[in-house]
Amino acid sequence: MFKHLLERFWARLTGNIDGPLLAIALALMAFGVATVFSATYDANNRAYSQLLNMLVGLAAMWAIAQTPPQKLMRFAVPLYVLGVVLLVLVFLVGVKVNGAKRWLPLGFTRIQPAEILKIAMPLMLAWYFHRYESALKFRHFAIAGILLLVPFGLIAKQPDLGTAILVGASGFYVIFLAGLPWKAVIGLILAGASAAPFVWTMLHGYQRKRLLTLIDPTTDPLGAGYHIIQSTIAIGSGGSFGKGWLQGTQTHLEFIPERHTDFIFAVFSEERGLLGNAILVGLYLLLIARGLMISANASTLFARVLGGAITLSFFTYVFVNMGMVSGVLPVVGVPLPFMSYGGTALVTLFLGLGILMSIHSHRMLVKK
Amino acid sequence: MRFRFSKQRTQDSELEKFRFRIVFAAGAVVLAFSLLIGRFFYLQVIQRDYYTTRAEDNRISLVPIAPNRGVILDRNGTILARNYTAFTLEITPSKIDRLDETIEELGRLVEILPKDRRRFRKLLEESKSFESLPIRTRLSDEEVARFAANRYRFPGVEVKARLFRQYPLGSIASHAIGYINRINKTDLETIEKNEQEANYKGTDHIGKTGLEQKYEFQLHGQTGYEEVEIDAGGHAIRSLARTAPISGNNLTLTLDAKLQEITEKAFGDRRGALVAIEPSTGGILALVSTPTFDPNLFVDGIRSDEWDLLNNSPDRPMVNRALNGAYPPGSTFKPFMALAALEIGKRSPSQTIYDPGYFSFGGHTFRDDKKGGHGSVDMYKSIVHSCDTYYYMLANDMGIDNIARFMGSLGLGSRTGIDIEGESEGVLPSPEWKKRRFKRPDQQKWYAGETISIGIGQGYNAYTPIQLAQAIAAVANNGVLYRPHLVRYITDTKSGQKSLIEPEPLRTLHWKPQNVETIKNAMIGVNKEGTGARAFAGAEYVSGGKTGTAQLFSLKGADYRSGKLKQELRDHALFIAFAPADQPKIALAVLVENGGFGARSAAPIARMVIDYYLLGKLPQGPAKDEDSPEKVE
Repeated sequence: MFKHLLERFWARLTGNIDGPLLAIALALMAFGVATVFSATYDANNRAYSQLLNMLVGLAAMWAIAQTPPQKLMRFAVPLYVLGVVLLVLVFLVGVKVNGAKRWLPLGFTRIQPAEILKIAMPLMLAWYFHRYESALKFRHFAIAGILLLVPFGLIAKQPDLGTAILVGASGFYVIFLAGLPWKAVIGLILAGASAAPFVWTMLHGYQRKRLLTLIDPTTDPLGAGYHIIQSTIAIGSGGSFGKGWLQGTQTHLEFIPERHTDFIFAVFSEERGLLGNAILVGLYLLLIARGLMISANASTLFARVLGGAITLSFFTYVFVNMGMVSGVLPVVGVPLPFMSYGGTALVTLFLGLGILMSIHSHRMLVKK
Repeated sequence: MRFRFSKQRTQDSELEKFRFRIVFAAGAVVLAFSLLIGRFFYLQVIQRDYYTTRAEDNRISLVPIAPNRGVILDRNGTILARNYTAFTLEITPSKIDRLDETIEELGRLVEILPKDRRRFRKLLEESKSFESLPIRTRLSDEEVARFAANRYRFPGVEVKARLFRQYPLGSIASHAIGYINRINKTDLETIEKNEQEANYKGTDHIGKTGLEQKYEFQLHGQTGYEEVEIDAGGHAIRSLARTAPISGNNLTLTLDAKLQEITEKAFGDRRGALVAIEPSTGGILALVSTPTFDPNLFVDGIRSDEWDLLNNSPDRPMVNRALNGAYPPGSTFKPFMALAALEIGKRSPSQTIYDPGYFSFGGHTFRDDKKGGHGSVDMYKSIVHSCDTYYYMLANDMGIDNIARFMGSLGLGSRTGIDIEGESEGVLPSPEWKKRRFKRPDQQKWYAGETISIGIGQGYNAYTPIQLAQAIAAVANNGVLYRPHLVRYITDTKSGQKSLIEPEPLRTLHWKPQNVETIKNAMIGVNKEGTGARAFAGAEYVSGGKTGTAQLFSLKGADYRSGKLKQELRDHALFIAFAPADQPKIALAVLVENGGFGARSAAPIARMVIDYYLLGKLPQGPAKDEDSPEKVE
């Protein structure tokens, strides 16, 4: 009897959880917590609180995984509207921290509404395309474009280029996977390239500086170029097999800025070397492959494009972050999934995993 | 059914389309990740060495450790210059926003006098702002403790243990030893020229004058280094390796500090110079220039009022008269003239002339000091009684070229090469010298009449006291000439090895022994029965000497009574001497500025010096002028 209860409990607990996804995520978390431990070893160790963050994330993931995609669909519009309204409020009454207006004061605490859009944006667009599934016209894509650009513009204006890119990319993946004509895809790329000079004039001074220092970090070795120079030194000096856990001199002598958050890859790379990097990239590749596989087998358009977009967002995080830390992309505030320290970002990532798991476990529902 | 079928077909084709796009995206992901792996391969394999070096450079900082400066000792081991450690309170101006307020605040913890502030201001103007500059030196233990307790309030202010140079004997021998002071631009050029930049990384003082300057690179030593691991903020985390500094080499001088002290005291408040040489080696026993100064004033930056006092004093204490004062030798020139005459055969010792009290040449009358003249004069008498007419005639007979050649061989009119920088050349008059010295052709011509006064050490003649000392030492040493030098040997602090300075003679003048004997004998006569007799009365040794008076301007035959003249218009007094006569251990030249007759003020100083050096006799107070109611030269 007791055994039976236990078995049912276990079945309920694991029923909608995708084993491979969870295993990959936990493997990444293991690397992540170990690296956070090393990065914050010298003072104020954050490894334990990152473990707590992970538990919260796992709970959120489990809850979402239990929710069928049809139910998730209902949150699409309200969540999106809430996100945009909050972004407008930030624009009007937001708190400026370090020269950027990203925070909304709530009396007892303050929140970053842009985080909501990381989930709300693909959810909204997936819902929108699902709704007009049978008769998708070009104007639907145009409207989707507007739905994308409004929050994107608000976030970029804060300025928070990193989050804007992530939100924009997740929306773009939905539009692409929903079947945006190839001509339009190519046209967008060409338009983007030709708009570069205009974008340049619209960029903030510090953003331009970051782009310039990317081309030649030595132009400003103690200013904007400092982060890039120090992180590439950390990576390069790691060599093939790394200096060993807790042995990175760049890390422990505090040459790497933001070493437990955005620049955690430099810490990992210095201590684990090329071999560690290859394993890490391999894990991400597995995660993305599993996500894309789940999306390809999903039963509804909503589930397909949502799953695909979330999976490709993971790719965007990884590529932008590693590219930035290794000095091939400009410095923008993008964390490395499951590695960087930070509760909000981690919970958002596990929510994404939860959605993928939900899609996977409910793939047969319609056909049944 | 048909509709459903078609819908099914549409859905299938939509699914196909979607899956194609998924595959396309997957391809893009693989491509992007491959690019990243390529980048990592480039950084971590191809460029690995470069970045490893950069990481090491980041992490390791070399902190120089200044070596102990070499010690300077006199010939008996008395310390003339040494080092001691003291705590200083230092400010790095670039790290401080409001300098004045910080100094004000510091003034509440430790005493900061207006002179300290002035010195700090001066240093601030002279140095770069990232250097650490002392606001207070020699903190007491209590002050160190008081600052340490409040250290957190003063970023950019530190207590440092520094080595200070100290000259225990104060002003004694300051002109010989010199002093050290903070490195300035000119010094930096010298350091660069000698390729010593790396070795001076941790050094902020350098020898400015005297031996401290000349033997700078011997005294300095080898800077050590500490490899320190630093964090991104530049804070030292731990020491990785240490290369100990090697202390500078010690100098042991030929100088006798006690003799030097006695000599300086003998001068009293008179201005002048004395150089005493050991004839058999050229080693300098005493190098005096009065007034002196206290080199300790310079060590932690001299105050501007003190500097003005030293620099603007009419007595010019900063001038080293022994090396830089060029004076007409007056009658001290006569023994050398006589030796020249014997050597080139223009006179024999017994040859006499008649002195009527004057010598006429080309319508001009050259007067002898003694009215009515000395009568019949041979070489001995000419030196003992300092007969001018004898030498007027001799100079005329010898001619300027012979005089210049012989005096040149004695080292007169050229730098002796003593181991101190900035020696003057003096003037050895000759037709060639005149051509170099003057521009107009009528000035360049040498007139035969000019040769006459050269013979008694006047005219264009101008020599430094050290040149005169070297010349008399050469005579005392029978023509074997050594370069005068202050350092006897240098001790390598690491190996303990001693290297002698100047053990070989500079040159040997092959004089006939009987000629040298004649001159020495005449000089012994000077101290026995001549112009030096009063000063050397009752001496327990036999000595040779010669008095001299350098005329500052001609009185045209008017009666010369020095007592009536203002002091600064009086003639300079000179005396040269050697003793003991048979085996000279000391040869010296004394000059007393505006001292009047050499016999009166210069000879008594020489007596005191020789008395102490040969007999160990300590004088009572400064040398007194000999009363000489009558002119003795």
